[in-house]
Amino acid sequence: MDEETPHAWHGIVCDVLKRHQVKLVAYVPDNVLRPLIDAMHADPFFTAFSCAREEEAVGIVSGAWMGGLRGIVLMQTSGFATLPNAIASLAVPFQIPVLMLVSERGTLGEFNIGQSLVARTMRPVLEALAVEHHTMTRLDEVEFIVDRSITQAVATQAPCVFILSPLLTGGKVFAK
Amino acid sequence: MSFAANHPARRDQAKVMNRFDITKRMVTRLKHDEAVIGGIGYTNFDLWAAGQRPQNFYMLGSMGLAVPIALGVALAQPARKVIALEGDGSILMQLGSLATVAARKQQNLAIVIMDNGTYQITGGQPTSTELGADIVAMARGAGIAQSAWAADEGAFEELVELSLREDGPWLIGCRIDKEKPADTTERDPPRIRDQFMRGLGVKR
Repeated sequence: MDEETPHAWHGIVCDVLKRHQVKLVAYVPDNVLRPLIDAMHADPFFTAFSCAREEEAVGIVSGAWMGGLRGIVLMQTSGFATLPNAIASLAVPFQIPVLMLVSERGTLGEFNIGQSLVARTMRPVLEALAVEHHTMTRLDEVEFIVDRSITQAVATQAPCVFILSPLLTGGKVFAK
Repeated sequence: MSFAANHPARRDQAKVMNRFDITKRMVTRLKHDEAVIGGIGYTNFDLWAAGQRPQNFYMLGSMGLAVPIALGVALAQPARKVIALEGDGSILMQLGSLATVAARKQQNLAIVIMDNGTYQITGGQPTSTELGADIVAMARGAGIAQSAWAADEGAFEELVELSLREDGPWLIGCRIDKEKPADTTERDPPRIRDQFMRGLGVKR
């Protein structure tokens, strides 16, 4: 897949976020997310900045929602593993539709054992908290999943997690 | 910084004040529907006890996230002043957020730290501020230049008024005693969030 084409996964994500007026982007960087983060920084529609920690990003996006500004948190799987408390004590009980996009590491060619182990905690946590989540594996499903899920998150006042599978992004490959 | 001329340079030079008393002094000075994010624990309880306002958000859990939540509100509503009210144990969990606030140069944000050197609600175990850590110095190090210890109650009021009048970000450090809070926050998250959004004019 050519990352420069407008119909790459990150271009679709940007388009759908714009359609839903999701302007605030709080992230902890990830290599797979780089083209998305770069595109958001380059586009004046978005206010994008990095945070020291994923919990902090969830707090910022939660506050922004209550103030009338929609936002999304970007992170990788190991960062998601720091979030169960913030999701369980802020987003879910206060009924705040925090959108989260997770670049999935730890599977399909992972070279770092820490990543492969921590990645296994993600879906059980999401299931335990009954948080809506979708794994995106194909380009042709990205728009439908993100578009419909943002509508649902807002309508039902519930957080939602989008998982970017290496099947979609190519993932991070073993360097040496 | 000239504003800090009358304020102590170090934590151990600041007067130990009463949390409920100075919380009331702060709330009394909020005349323009300023938003206040109350972190967890007794800081939160005394904000509740100081008079419930629709522009107050009372956290219940997510320890350490008062500053990030306040930053989010401040980003969403740049014309409104936003105050994060946080304890020493809580801010120590999320010191990185001070650097994020500084990097954003968030003009409409003030952070008030209630520092009694203990995790009071869990039994009074000492925090590292009791052992030498200085939150105001750390905030300056993170890039929040307008950070000061309140010398006493009068100085606290002066700093609050300054932070509401002038561009931030601000951080006001308050040494407080270990008195019990005056009340307990009602634990009803959807109601708290709904009232807060109406108080901010986001919902009608």
